[in-house]
Amino acid sequence: MSESSPITNQAAASTKRLPGDLAIWFFIMAEMVAFAVFFSAYAFTRAGHVEMFNLYQQTLDRNLGALNTVLLITGSWFIVLAVQAAHRDDQKAISRNILLGFLCGGGFLAVKIIEYSAKFGAGISMSTNTFYMFYISLTFFHFMHVILGMVILAVLWFQSRKGVYGSHDANGLESGAAYWHMVDLLWIVLFPLVYVMR
Amino acid sequence: MINILKNPAHRAWLVLMIATGMTWYLGEVGAAGTWAIVAMLAIAFVKGRLVILDFMELREAPMMWRVLLEGWLILVSSLILLAYWISLK
Repeated sequence: MSESSPITNQAAASTKRLPGDLAIWFFIMAEMVAFAVFFSAYAFTRAGHVEMFNLYQQTLDRNLGALNTVLLITGSWFIVLAVQAAHRDDQKAISRNILLGFLCGGGFLAVKIIEYSAKFGAGISMSTNTFYMFYISLTFFHFMHVILGMVILAVLWFQSRKGVYGSHDANGLESGAAYWHMVDLLWIVLFPLVYVMR
Repeated sequence: MINILKNPAHRAWLVLMIATGMTWYLGEVGAAGTWAIVAMLAIAFVKGRLVILDFMELREAPMMWRVLLEGWLILVSSLILLAYWISLK
């Protein structure tokens, strides 16, 4: 076995595969670059206003932020299970897990709305100070991405009910899954940065 | 239990939950300053990497995509660390 046959080479090449469509990965990278700029802007602006950022960060609800992390990670996990179900042609498990992932997203939005109403109810707005400007704009920008992710999951759910996904073709499901995981990945950086790090 | 943890997705979920608890705890005890920042960034880095490799399934993907996403994580963590280091000076 000093030389590998073309067949094993082909097998090795086919294991190196990018899940979903190539286009979704370019879209994901573009989104992630936008968030990287936003995260850096927060961190470097904070460097000039450390006391103010530390003071107002204490008004944020860390428990709700952590709960939302749990919801997004669990929602992401359900979508991984949906993709795994597609590869073994378990149609019922595909739809069920997409629905559970969607519900986790709904839970995230509900928690965020509770958090926003407490802040807005206390008279806080974008113009209150630089910290709240960043807190509201960063979390709201992310909030919109959760909504888009849920719209994608809803489409995937309807498609899965029609039996579109399976071991023959899970490309659409994998593309949507990749976007949903990105929403999770961004929150994993956003939560410690805005709610905890001081 | 051992069988359940054979699925990389389940393992990743478990580690992600524990790591989230750790970040929450650091907030509860009011951890601040250099070590706290480094610890939280390290936790976020491990979490992000698990999402990239086990949820996005890039562990077996072409190297370019792994480098792009993991590189993003390294870049973002480094920039945040730099900004906090400046603020501590």
